[in-house]
Amino acid sequence: MHNSGISIWFFIGLSLFVNGLLITGAGLYEFVAPPANPVVLHQLHAGVWWGAILTTVGLVYCVKFTPVRQA
Amino acid sequence: MIPFATWLALSERLVRLSPVDYAVIVFYFALVLAIGFYLRGRANTGEDFFMAGREMTAWVAGLSFLSANLGALELMGWAGSAYQYGILATHWYWIGAIPAMLFLALVMMPFYYISKTHSVPGYLKLRFGEPSRIVSAVSFAFMTVLMSGVNMFAMAKVMQIVLGWDINFSIWVSSLTVAVYVALGGLRSAIFNEVLQFFLIWAGALLIPILGLYETGGWSNLKVLIAQRASVEYVHMWSGLGSFTTNPMGIHWTGIVFGLGAIISMGYWTTDFLVVQRILTAKDIRSAEMAPIIGAGFKMFVPLIVILPGLLGLAVLPMKLTAESAVVAGGHSYNDVLPLMLARYCGPGLLGLGITALIAGFMSGMAGNVSAFTTVWTYDIYRALINKNASDDHYVSMGRWTTVIGVLISVGTAYLVMQFASIMDYVQALFSFFIAPLFGTVVLGMLWKRATGQGGFWGLLCGTVSSISMWAWVKIDPSALRYVALSPDAKALAQDMYQALWSFLVCVTVTVAVSLMTKPKPDSELTGLVYGLTEVPSIGNVALYQKPIFWAVVVSVVLIILNIVMW
Repeated sequence: MHNSGISIWFFIGLSLFVNGLLITGAGLYEFVAPPANPVVLHQLHAGVWWGAILTTVGLVYCVKFTPVRQA
Repeated sequence: MIPFATWLALSERLVRLSPVDYAVIVFYFALVLAIGFYLRGRANTGEDFFMAGREMTAWVAGLSFLSANLGALELMGWAGSAYQYGILATHWYWIGAIPAMLFLALVMMPFYYISKTHSVPGYLKLRFGEPSRIVSAVSFAFMTVLMSGVNMFAMAKVMQIVLGWDINFSIWVSSLTVAVYVALGGLRSAIFNEVLQFFLIWAGALLIPILGLYETGGWSNLKVLIAQRASVEYVHMWSGLGSFTTNPMGIHWTGIVFGLGAIISMGYWTTDFLVVQRILTAKDIRSAEMAPIIGAGFKMFVPLIVILPGLLGLAVLPMKLTAESAVVAGGHSYNDVLPLMLARYCGPGLLGLGITALIAGFMSGMAGNVSAFTTVWTYDIYRALINKNASDDHYVSMGRWTTVIGVLISVGTAYLVMQFASIMDYVQALFSFFIAPLFGTVVLGMLWKRATGQGGFWGLLCGTVSSISMWAWVKIDPSALRYVALSPDAKALAQDMYQALWSFLVCVTVTVAVSLMTKPKPDSELTGLVYGLTEVPSIGNVALYQKPIFWAVVVSVVLIILNIVMW
């Protein structure tokens, strides 16, 4: 799967990276502007750290399986 | 601040999405379409379109194999079952899946792979002849598009309840997206999206058990809470199975071990072409054997994101969930537990990812159905019965059109179900009729060289008819449950277990009896199809940790330990 074309792992990295950025951004916004009806355990700010984990994993996949490096 | 339960009661839908949630969902649709367009140039031959070029690594084939079964309805349904029956639902992920996956890897996969068949009906043709293939192919193709339509309607209904989306919008957007990316990229495109879905599901759902266990104070406290709100039997997997009446599911351990573990799961994981097709795309024999083992390794941990949320719901949700038929205005059914837990813990973005995981599960499940239908129609029905000698280009073109037509038939079925809801129950029951007898036929064909074409055909037919007869008998006379499921206390799932067991035994008995009365094929015609007459290619001189048998043993040991811990 890595020998020709874009690897499937690159698409997965891209998905995790973009979703991670969106989630981290939303989490940071809620951090500075708390919502009127927060979810349970809002004080843990899961969006911030979970989003950061997804962004990091996605970035690692994107770099490792980037089509330029594959070529 | 409004308490969670009050906020939920005020909402006319389970969850409300924010703009960032919609951004996550739109990005998913854009990505799967982009993958379809990107892969269209790599689906020009029959091998490319129908078998993804047979070049998948063990990881891709294994995760796709697992994902084909990880649909949205599966996730929501089993989370609901965990709420309803407790940790007993985990049996469907452990003994009801892992041994069958390992059996497929080590025993059956070499024969599927060596025979270079395109499908399970294709193997039946090679082993038992055309009549068995036709019975299997026609029933599979028919049931697959119907199931796809039923799932489409069910998912659209879920989207209506959870998000307030219009049913027509959900049906057409999701089905057209699937039609575009499968028609363009073929099986490779379906597999790419299944692996993508696997990661989205974990990314979207793993936060629920993490936050849920934090809220309840860990596993020990969770068990105490469940014992207080339901019963201590809800957190034991085996200790309540000595009698039909001492566990929430109304099932005996023989039903779990012999019905589920030995027959239903074996039938599903080793002969349902929807999942087996993913393994047939592996690039070599070692990858083909490793793929189901990798799938089994991950399958063992799926209860973390399916069963545990159901158990957590039992412990922390302020409202009591009920059966679908007993839901009152403002109330919720068992099947709502996963969306309810998502709404409980997930803020903007995270909620979108969780909903995207459900949509992705649904769409990849539909793509799996459609790609399997396309292959069986083109190779086992169209080429076998209608047009034997067309060019490869013609069959690829037929595959692309069949994809679109298969999706349209599914849409038609979805609208039919909308008019006649009871069709859904019948279609789901019908699908289960074919699984256990088919397993009997295939496994005898692989392991017993004396099995003949007539034996295989009549065994398959009689097994299927016996399964349908038992189901109809209980439907007409509910008291027949005491004979079919061995107890009047048995519930629907228990009935399925025993029905499968008896139909398998009928299939095997008839196959053996007819085979002994008919002339067997000469050994030379069975080479590559039957144990004892086939030299399985060596996987090469690889290190111990690269051998499928090593990882099969590791997975088995972990499975045993987990069952003992949760006894």
